[in-house]
Amino acid sequence: MSKVRLASVWFSGCSGCHMSFLDLDERLLELASKVDLVYSPIVDIKEYPDDVDVLLVEGAIGNTEQRHLLEEMRQKTKLVVAFGDCAVTGNIPSLRNPIPREELLRAVYGDGDIPGLEEGDVPKMLPQAMPIHTVVKVDRFIPGCPPPADRIWTFLQALLAGRRPELAGADLRFG
Amino acid sequence: MREIKVPVTRIEGHGLITVELNRAGKVSKARFHVTEGRGFERFCQGRTLWEMPAITARTCGICPVSHLLCSAKAGDAILAVRPPRAADKLRRLMNLGQYVQSHALSFFHLSSPDLLLGWDSDPAKRNVFGLAATNPQLALDGIRLRAYGQEIIAALGERRVHPAWAVPGGVHAPFTAEARDRLAAKLPEAMRIATDALALYEQGMAGWGEEIASFGDFPSLFMSLVGENGVWEHHDGRIRLVDAERRIVADNLDPARYFEYIGEAVEGWSYLKFPYFQERGYPDGVYRVGPLARLNCCDHIGTPLADAAVARFRATADGKAVTSSFHYHWARLIEIVAALERVKIYFDDPEILSPRVRAEAGINEREGVGVHEAPRGTLFHHYGVDEGGVIEKVNLIVSTGHNNLAMNHTVTQIAHHYLDGQKITEGLLNRMEGGIRAYDPCLSCSVHAVGQMPLKVVLLGSDGNVLDEKVRTA
Ligand code: SF4
Repeated sequence: MSKVRLASVWFSGCSGCHMSFLDLDERLLELASKVDLVYSPIVDIKEYPDDVDVLLVEGAIGNTEQRHLLEEMRQKTKLVVAFGDCAVTGNIPSLRNPIPREELLRAVYGDGDIPGLEEGDVPKMLPQAMPIHTVVKVDRFIPGCPPPADRIWTFLQALLAGRRPELAGADLRFG
Repeated sequence: MREIKVPVTRIEGHGLITVELNRAGKVSKARFHVTEGRGFERFCQGRTLWEMPAITARTCGICPVSHLLCSAKAGDAILAVRPPRAADKLRRLMNLGQYVQSHALSFFHLSSPDLLLGWDSDPAKRNVFGLAATNPQLALDGIRLRAYGQEIIAALGERRVHPAWAVPGGVHAPFTAEARDRLAAKLPEAMRIATDALALYEQGMAGWGEEIASFGDFPSLFMSLVGENGVWEHHDGRIRLVDAERRIVADNLDPARYFEYIGEAVEGWSYLKFPYFQERGYPDGVYRVGPLARLNCCDHIGTPLADAAVARFRATADGKAVTSSFHYHWARLIEIVAALERVKIYFDDPEILSPRVRAEAGINEREGVGVHEAPRGTLFHHYGVDEGGVIEKVNLIVSTGHNNLAMNHTVTQIAHHYLDGQKITEGLLNRMEGGIRAYDPCLSCSVHAVGQMPLKVVLLGSDGNVLDEKVRTA
């Protein structure tokens, strides 16, 4: 049987969901024998490959580049998973949503040449930070801020056993 | 002019390096961009002081404990209370757990593939899983050491990432004897892994001479907190700056008055601000923070294994400051040993089981500054509140921010050293990223934000036309 092609990406989030993934501890080594991590912040592959089986998306969509990348990734991926509350609901990054973008950026960066206001060396900030299902079709949701490692494991095990991963009960809790 | 863009992976963040070349193919300028921002300083306005530890912890999932503790300390200042002694010790214990997990992540999971598999090794395998395939024991050790740090955090705060535990005035819940005993039983294994890794680095150093000389080896100031009698400090104390000779430039500065000596510049090409030492102006006032700076600033660590390691560390610089940012890795490993030695001291101290862990008070000051040494360096949280404790003003200066100017120096130095203007090799690009990675930048915090993009090299002609383009793929 060929290995599952797993990818993960980190958008507007705090990396806590990825840290919780690393909290699988020794189970990471078991996972490594069953999946190929084909794209992730913890590996060095810079181009999102074709034919990805599962993509874990951490974070909300906060800028133009993230939106573009997510759309491209969707096309190359069978199962897109909203991984953690920021991806599922917008969570922390969406706390800025009531504040107009320019007001927010000026409050943080002052009146000079400020990043993110327009497209430039850094991508333009979107007016609001949005959960990922507002940008692309999402197949599965793993809530939690971050999802505890055991919840991630439950999900991955079902996946590796060839079942559709379903979370239930306490595993559906936010926060 | 030619321009090279290098997105940075295996760091905790959204970063991109661009290098501009002049017509002669020489590096004119290299920049490290942070490409995302979330605006914490603005959207926290209107929240209450009591929510701040939980919200600001979400700036960063790698060092949430730093924000949690720093925010609680800013809260202490606003309540105008001193937390009970046991609470102070428990906060320190949690921070030491975080040093262990965060430094282990940086060394084993993110950087050791370069050091052990090689800078020019296959990018598809140059990661922690590749390491597991060639050196399973080391990968397992790294996983277990990181887990140990995380277990200390979870034993205190009930969860590994984002514990809701420190509060203004102290901590939410006391420690238990069962948890202490369980963790104490595992301490020898953690110490064995940490000292092995330190020995591995000290033996490997001879083979990394070129990288050591070019990954950000330049004179600069170094800044950190130091404790009484100049002891290594990670949670309190006063600010010290030393220069490349390890001469004290400023000492005993009040952290609450950071704005009198630290300025913050903004550049439109990065979401990360550029702090500088005001006395020397911008951008000359470049200083470094974090493990390298803490070891350069302190007089001693105060525990035997770590002090012996610091003596070896200083000997390589004849007692002056160690100025190569490559040695952040070394300093980080020494700090893991130091942290574990301190953890042992706390485990042996019965006071950590005291049930008195929180001073209760209301809003007594309208402004407060919390300061703290996060794994990556000095962290400031500065809040202003109204009489009911609603946040009116927030300023965060995060550890990676302090290193922003130094990281830009570093990528420029590496580009100068390894780029001949003609050939863009994978190894060169990885070294540029490696130079950034040495700082262990937590961009997640830094932009009170965070990724990766394809590695793309664009060569621009002097008229701005694209001459050549190269995409790095697996
Ligand atoms: S869901 Fe929580 S842990 Fe995950 S990225 Fe968002 S804030 Fe961080």
